[in-house]
Amino acid sequence: MFDFLDGYDLLGAFWLTVQLTFWSALGSLVWGTLLAAMRVGPVPLMRAFGTAYVTIVRNIPLTVIIVFTSLGLFQTLGVSLGADRFTTINFRLAVLGLTAYTSAFVCEALRSGINTVPLGQVEAARAIGLSFPQTLRIVVLPQAFRSVVGPLANVLIALTKNTTVAAAIGVAEAALLMREMIENEAQLILISAIFAFGFICLTLPTGLLLGRLARKVAVKR
Amino acid sequence: MSRSGDEAGERPGKDAGERPGTSAAENATRDAGNPAGKDAGKRSGKDAGSPAGKGAGKRPGTGEPATVLYDVPGPRARRRNLLWTVLFLAALAAAVWWVIDGLAAKNQLEAAKWEPFFTDGRAWETYLLPALRNTVVAAGLAMLLALPLGALLGIARLSDHRAVRAGAGTVVEFFRAIPVLILMLFANAAYAEFTDISPETRPLYAVVTGLVLYNASVLAEVVRAGILALPAGQTDAAKAIGMRKGQTMAYVLLPQSVTAMLPALVSQLVVIVKDTALGGAMLGFAELLASVRPMSANYGANTIACFTVVAVLFVLLNLALTTFASWLERRLRRGRRSTGAVVTASAVDDLAAPGPGEPDAPRGPDRREP
Amino acid sequence: MNPLRTTRTLVASATAVVLALGSASLAHGAMPADHSDDDRITIGIKFDQPGIGLKTPDGTYTGFDVDVATYVAGQLGHEPGEIVWKEAKSADRETMLQRGDVDFIAASYSINDERAEKVDFAGPYLLAHQDVLIRADDDSIKQPSDLNDKRLCSVTGSTSAQNVKDEIAPDAQLQEYGGYSECLTGLENGVIDALTTDDSILAGYAAQEEFEGKFKLGGFELSNENYGIGVQKGSDLKDKINTALEKMVEDGSWDEAVEKNFGPAGYQNEPAPQIGVIVE
Repeated sequence: MFDFLDGYDLLGAFWLTVQLTFWSALGSLVWGTLLAAMRVGPVPLMRAFGTAYVTIVRNIPLTVIIVFTSLGLFQTLGVSLGADRFTTINFRLAVLGLTAYTSAFVCEALRSGINTVPLGQVEAARAIGLSFPQTLRIVVLPQAFRSVVGPLANVLIALTKNTTVAAAIGVAEAALLMREMIENEAQLILISAIFAFGFICLTLPTGLLLGRLARKVAVKR
Repeated sequence: MSRSGDEAGERPGKDAGERPGTSAAENATRDAGNPAGKDAGKRSGKDAGSPAGKGAGKRPGTGEPATVLYDVPGPRARRRNLLWTVLFLAALAAAVWWVIDGLAAKNQLEAAKWEPFFTDGRAWETYLLPALRNTVVAAGLAMLLALPLGALLGIARLSDHRAVRAGAGTVVEFFRAIPVLILMLFANAAYAEFTDISPETRPLYAVVTGLVLYNASVLAEVVRAGILALPAGQTDAAKAIGMRKGQTMAYVLLPQSVTAMLPALVSQLVVIVKDTALGGAMLGFAELLASVRPMSANYGANTIACFTVVAVLFVLLNLALTTFASWLERRLRRGRRSTGAVVTASAVDDLAAPGPGEPDAPRGPDRREP
Repeated sequence: MNPLRTTRTLVASATAVVLALGSASLAHGAMPADHSDDDRITIGIKFDQPGIGLKTPDGTYTGFDVDVATYVAGQLGHEPGEIVWKEAKSADRETMLQRGDVDFIAASYSINDERAEKVDFAGPYLLAHQDVLIRADDDSIKQPSDLNDKRLCSVTGSTSAQNVKDEIAPDAQLQEYGGYSECLTGLENGVIDALTTDDSILAGYAAQEEFEGKFKLGGFELSNENYGIGVQKGSDLKDKINTALEKMVEDGSWDEAVEKNFGPAGYQNEPAPQIGVIVE
């Protein structure tokens, strides 16, 4: 039943999925934190930008964003992100697109985390003369992060599955291999089930591990 | 509680100028689902009674919001903010100019690529509007079915009976673990095999089925978190006046939790709208995103223009949805039946992140069994 | 203070909206009646391949596959008005036939062994070859081996893309996109050097007025693609369609259709293939 799997690099494709997830997660954590800082910060224009960014990005299908990184950024604007071969360029573009999309969700999760930090903490920080960036960096964000490990774990899991969209610009991750196999083997349902199982293998342990971590680091109040 | 300025806009009567699209979905007041917020319910109860504790709202027009995260800007801070504003504006303008210039240099802005959408009504009649209608119908049906099913599953997970709880839990976890696209494919195959739904409507049925199964599971978690976020005193009071379990749920808990759940609900509804696009990729369901293919093939591969138009339509569609929801939320809140508790998207296991349709797997940081 | 009113408002509003949407859709015929009446015939074609099968802004369909299918349907006793066109995406073709969603499929459907296990093929009705589309002013690509240091583009997971990777130009860079249009944008921009797929599809694109004089075909015969008309396994349609195809070649309609759809691109088409003869 499974002999048609011969000749396909399933593990290699899923490894690329993992890499995409890792770099995008890192990127969206950074950019998402910056966005959250903008949204709660003192500069009105930055707040407006943060709000507009999140509104727009969250309402567009990810496929469109990913395709835009390739058609718009790379093809038209010539952004190749320091690479000169398609495989590398596309990988980096996909990471960029996934980061742009996922950071909107990271930003929102973080913002709700910021709100769990007790008022007194912030007031104390201001009382001892910390500036806004200092308050955020030293007092608020460390506590906020600990309280949103759970929600961020969900973002990560969603991101893992969202990497499949990178196939739209030809990153050879799991979903692209899936399409290749469907084209060759005419086994639509069976192949889909195999890849569904692969993703469950990736996401289930992530969820469990981070769930445990969330309970461990939670700020007891 | 709320102190980043924006949140205050969610409270009725304050800051009507807040962007409607974001306000409801992102009402990130507190994280009822996360472990740190275990006592969220109690706190929310207190908060509701003391609106003064909400933090000052952004005063539209003054540009000088007062929040607890930073002091009211003095002369120096104001100068610094101005400097940042100018620098940021310059950076934004440079980016915009760079994009437009780049597009123009590669002839992507030439009239031939865009005019089909502005001068030729046929592009709308033939491709976009029918596709938009399919997207709206599929999303609408999915919402109509997923909401009650999700409420049912969510309540079942809070049941006192272990068997009911376990059953609902299994269903929820199972359907959340499977990618939506695969659910759609299976539904399509099953309908073809076991029913005589006509081939024309089958993709719609399959898309709706996949969306309902997945999103009902997610909504079940929203409902569960919403009910758990209510102050325990509500249940106690209901018991004290002799209400039975069903009555407590129907007359006390559910009505109050609906307002708290709305932001998370809306986020999930936006996901439903975006996920209809999956049906176009594999099932041949003629939805909005799928309309790019025949369109760009007709108009000389104007892919950037086509994708832009479709993206704008998606944003407008979702904004309409969130605007309606925030209107509804304001109405409900005005009824003062709220405890002030809010379940945000991120508070619930699944939040809004599953963008193009790959669903979340289960996780368990905040499994608080009833 | 009726505690239920909150819920009622919510449910009522949601129901109203969705019912309105639902009835609007019914009124507009988003859910057409099933085609049980015998006069109608459902044919699977491509909606997004110029020259092969394309849904035009008028809501009509054009292309070589469309012309062939219309002719065949005519021979089977169906007026053009009785044809229901249905989009047959590449990945979905076998299942569409197996489920009986369509009566037959003419959608740049190459005959191969894996597919022939699932469905029956009438024809072939066209012999196409994998080829490349390059910019008209690009004279650095004269033979297939020139492709090795070039940037090629094709559709995600397609056999053409795999063919490039495995055999034709293993050293070439390959960009895969969801559709040909993205490749063409890249070809126009100069980021892509060659778009590769069946020459019939390429000719269809090159013949579009937006691209007049911009692109040319490489003229390499990188593979043989025998386009067949897919029918359900064991269907008696196969013989009828074969007869119709033979007649189409005999009475000149076949040449007419080729000229009409591929002519402007200067496409050197193969003569009409013999029914049942598959060129390996």
